[in-house]
Amino acid sequence: MIMTETDLHVLEPDPSDRTLLLEINDLRVGLRRGRTETTIVDGVSFDVDPRTRFGIVGESGSGKSMTLRAIAGLLPGGTEVLSGSIRYRGTDLVTAKPSVRRGLMGPEIAMIFQEPMTALNPVRPVGDQIAEGPRRHLGLSKKEGRALALEMMGHTGIPDPVRRVRAYPHELSGGLRQRVMIAMALACRPKLLLCDEPTTALDVTVQHQVLDMLESLCAEVGAALVFVTHDLAVVNKTCSDLAVMYAGRIVESGRTSEVLANPRHPYTRGLLDSAPDFDQPGRALVPIPGLPPSIANRPPGCAFAPRCSRAVAECDSAAPILTTSTDHRTVACFRAEASGSEISA
Amino acid sequence: MLHRLIFVPARLVQAVPVVLGVTLIVFFMSHLLPGDPALAILGDKATPESVSALRDQLGLDQPIWQQYVHFLSNIVHGDLGTSFTYQRPVTDVVLQAVPVTLTLVALALLLNIVISVPLAGLAAMKPNRTPDLIVRALNMVGQGMPQFWVGIMLILLFGVRLRWFPVGGYGDTPLQHLYYLLLPALTLAIALSPTTIRSLRSSTITVLGSDYVATARSKGLSGLPLFRRHVLRNSGIPTVSIVGVHLANLVGGSIVIEKVFAIPGLGSVMLDAIYARDFPSIQAVTLVVALLVTVASILTDVLYVVMDPRVSLGTGVRV
Ligand SMILES: Nc1ncnc2c1ncn2[C@@H]1O[C@H](COP(=O)(O)OP(=O)(O)OP(=O)(O)O)[C@@H](O)[C@H]1O
Ligand code: SF4
Ligand SMILES: [Mg+2]
Repeated sequence: MIMTETDLHVLEPDPSDRTLLLEINDLRVGLRRGRTETTIVDGVSFDVDPRTRFGIVGESGSGKSMTLRAIAGLLPGGTEVLSGSIRYRGTDLVTAKPSVRRGLMGPEIAMIFQEPMTALNPVRPVGDQIAEGPRRHLGLSKKEGRALALEMMGHTGIPDPVRRVRAYPHELSGGLRQRVMIAMALACRPKLLLCDEPTTALDVTVQHQVLDMLESLCAEVGAALVFVTHDLAVVNKTCSDLAVMYAGRIVESGRTSEVLANPRHPYTRGLLDSAPDFDQPGRALVPIPGLPPSIANRPPGCAFAPRCSRAVAECDSAAPILTTSTDHRTVACFRAEASGSEISA
Repeated sequence: MLHRLIFVPARLVQAVPVVLGVTLIVFFMSHLLPGDPALAILGDKATPESVSALRDQLGLDQPIWQQYVHFLSNIVHGDLGTSFTYQRPVTDVVLQAVPVTLTLVALALLLNIVISVPLAGLAAMKPNRTPDLIVRALNMVGQGMPQFWVGIMLILLFGVRLRWFPVGGYGDTPLQHLYYLLLPALTLAIALSPTTIRSLRSSTITVLGSDYVATARSKGLSGLPLFRRHVLRNSGIPTVSIVGVHLANLVGGSIVIEKVFAIPGLGSVMLDAIYARDFPSIQAVTLVVALLVTVASILTDVLYVVMDPRVSLGTGVRV
């Protein structure tokens, strides 16, 4: 049965309290040299509701960080949004004036980066760096800024904040540094927190503590979370919804529990089979053979075809389109595993 | 903070052999001249009386090591002999010139910052775009221009043609001193700025691409506040050591420039002393310049440590 887009909305549970916070539509990010474009992120679309947690998983180089940085307006030099829209509460961030964007960064949208060592300014005390955003956006005095920094450091579980507020980043452990980052990001009580692998650089025990703290603080502040990781266990623990990215595209998305319990895309299946201790500890790990294609030479058909055990001839010639089924799951595969009835995307 | 400056006393101790080495060189300067040093020093003006007077002053009849020890003890007592040209104790002559040269060099460093920081920042913001290309072209031109020529051009433009600045001299009041030193300091700054700009430009590009600048941007910072709080100090750290290395060149350059602008600093004393074969003065200036350069290099390290909280230089030899 084919449905129109308006029908889709009817299917949403309780549309009244679901004003969209973030709405990304057909986002393409890449490099532009004269008239030639190199696409890194290719046609990504997803929505994030207020106070929800959305995960993006995928192998290294799949474009997760690029997607996140595009939302924050922090794409690295040379790369840019080629087309598509990123609507934050109705405002398209792609076309918004830089001043409007900057006004949003901090009080509305905040970001936590992958590497807490390099994401903090090495020559300024961490307390100043936490207080900087609130002082700028909320007009706090130096004293009020310091007080807020102390309070946020306490909330993120940093022991002895009075001493640590003056510390330089290199004087703190990785776990404490990431707590400082979180304190900094949430200091202005943003509505949307973008996290780029916030716990990857930490050891497992610290990872869990930081994740728990992050979740509860976000709930308290009322921030929605977009959470990038390559760790399925982490999304499973943290996120209600997830998208799986491969070679710059979303290949599957849906409710986290459903996707992980019953993956439909061979790549998602492969990720699960290669993740240690995910469902049954002691199960033999099956790595996905081969490597993801480089952005310069993605295959013409399905980008996963060279590594896919289910691939058929069709997969090499045409790219599968992301389709949404009646059970709110999307998948881009000609031979997706058992799925509900499909509607066009 | 203070505990990270623990290296300073150690560096001072390490400087002692360096300074001793300089005294040795300065001492033997007079003995390396062929023939009787006293005669060689005095040259055409030599009369038998003056030669024997100088032989006495230099203690030339004693064994050489004794002469050196004597020389050292004189230095320690602040007695560097009497200047032939000025007919005054050399110590006085030099001490009068030191503040002049120090002011000149300090002003040159300040102007160097004023010139280099905005230009390097401008160039680094959009590498390979027009402003960057202009700055890089200016850099190349700046590097190709001899210092004394720049000085003369500045005199011709601002002194002779526009009459904004005096063409030379030092003035009488402290404020006049600064005014008179501005053009020569600018000359030195122009010579130093290409190196500074090149270093600052590349480190600024690195810093602008760093994660912590992205973090600062994610807090809504941009423009000057971003630059001032998250870029400048970080990109300045490597530049400080590079400028520190060039400080000795700066002092060397100031010798020529002081002459061009007729400024009564160490350089002028040195050149006059060389023309007049005023040996005690030459020795004194050489010694003082060596001391100043040593102190400057220690100060550079202090600044480096103050700017970068991660650095602690320890007490060992720096590599
Ligand atoms: N500054 C850049 N210029 C050009 N290409 C870039 C740049 N940064 C990243 N890329 C390319 O974009 C692709 C996606 O990078 P991205 O950082 O989004 O991956 P990721 O999914 O976050 O991977 P990881 O797990 O390693 O962080 C990479 O293949 C990389 O080659
Ligand atoms: S479209 Fe074909 S190659 Fe691509 S994932 Fe599905 S089966 Fe594999
Ligand atoms: Mg990444």
